[in-house]
Amino acid sequence: MKPAGFEYHDPTTLSEATALLGRLGEDARVLAGGQSLVPLMNFRLARPAHLVDLNRVAELDFLSVEGGQLRIGAMIRQRTLERSEDAAAGWPLLREAAGFIGHVQIRNRGTVGGSLAHAFPSAELPVAMVTLEAALVLQGEGGERTVGAEDFFLGTMTTTLEPGELLREVRVPAPAARRGASFQEVSRRYGDFALAGAAALVTLDRDGTVAGARLTLTGSAPIRARDAETAVMGEKPSEALFREAARRAVAGIEQDSDMHASADYRRRACEALARRALAEAAQRAAAAMEDSP
Amino acid sequence: MSTRDITVRVNGAERHGEAEPRKLLSDFIRDDLGLTGTHVGCEHGVCGACTVLLNGDPVRSCLMFAVQANGAEIDTVEGLAPDADTLHPLQEKFQERHGLQCGFCTPGILLTARALLRENPHPGDTEIREWISGNLCRCTGYTNIVTAIREAAGLMSEEEAAAASAPRKD
Repeated sequence: MKPAGFEYHDPTTLSEATALLGRLGEDARVLAGGQSLVPLMNFRLARPAHLVDLNRVAELDFLSVEGGQLRIGAMIRQRTLERSEDAAAGWPLLREAAGFIGHVQIRNRGTVGGSLAHAFPSAELPVAMVTLEAALVLQGEGGERTVGAEDFFLGTMTTTLEPGELLREVRVPAPAARRGASFQEVSRRYGDFALAGAAALVTLDRDGTVAGARLTLTGSAPIRARDAETAVMGEKPSEALFREAARRAVAGIEQDSDMHASADYRRRACEALARRALAEAAQRAAAAMEDSP
Repeated sequence: MSTRDITVRVNGAERHGEAEPRKLLSDFIRDDLGLTGTHVGCEHGVCGACTVLLNGDPVRSCLMFAVQANGAEIDTVEGLAPDADTLHPLQEKFQERHGLQCGFCTPGILLTARALLRENPHPGDTEIREWISGNLCRCTGYTNIVTAIREAAGLMSEEEAAAASAPRKD
């Protein structure tokens, strides 16, 4: 239960960090909050030769609203995101999702960038970021590139990050008016890994019909439920509508079986959560419309 | 493997040590600083026994390398009581209300509760339960722990009120 030895690097600037990653390539792992990587190292399931610790890189520690969009530095702690009034004002889905991550001690260290780059199947932030159509800025020694959250996640703990690159920043687009959000999940106990989860955003037209919807489910990579999104467009919110949309959301999706839950259980739980998430998001959108039509 | 110099402020006092980068903060606190009140349970972030305050925030000391704490302020259970003869209100209430049996999880829970009461001096039971959800206790069933924290909150605000209304001695 003790990690194997490694060379430790603690750069203080972004350029130093990317230079190290460029030089060390696949021998290096990035250390962010450490709440997933350190347990893996304690079990010796991960034995990186080099660790590049980003905790002293101040350039990655920011959270701001600029031109309506939310900018989150990769090293922002999950607890900081959860408590940010700026983030909650425009993007309440993030506070709701962050509240499901582990426990307060975990969120005090765990980072937004670390959770996204780790890409664990039951993780909340990947599902939330896909739903919010966030853009991820990846930085290497040679330059940066921007990838949509939906294209970033490839599968279980697999992303489009290349050796030598790190996730620098997340940009979340400005919220639409008359929009509601909801994040739902089930786990054995509060704070445990999710067995299934769903995030929804619903935007209403002035006449109360659905003008836009986003629905994402947990899976080996976040599963965008396009059929369900299409099914609710232009319709009046109703229980029957969301029931049908949730049925479409899980039709044919792949889920994993493990000792915690079967694939079939996960599919059925996703369906129930999708229905609840859509209904609650629509309800919240309606409430937002009453507040400021 | 080369070692690194580490300087931390622990319970208000500056402490120095030297450790390989792979040394966990929990082991550094226990083995190098000799503060064995911080307990090590699962060593993968599940049980919460090793919880310490890092710059005031509760964190799992088994999920950090000691070298990462260089320059930080750390509070461990040894720093909770004001002196050798006085218990902290949390400790007093844990004793009175039987908030512990074997005591293995207690240091982590006390520090988590300390941070909670700093953030919200009057938490409800739901909030108390949310905060200590990351600390496993296999003996008590948690009921007495929640009671102890709730009553400690009351005791601390009484003490603060008394201190505020006491005549100044200067």
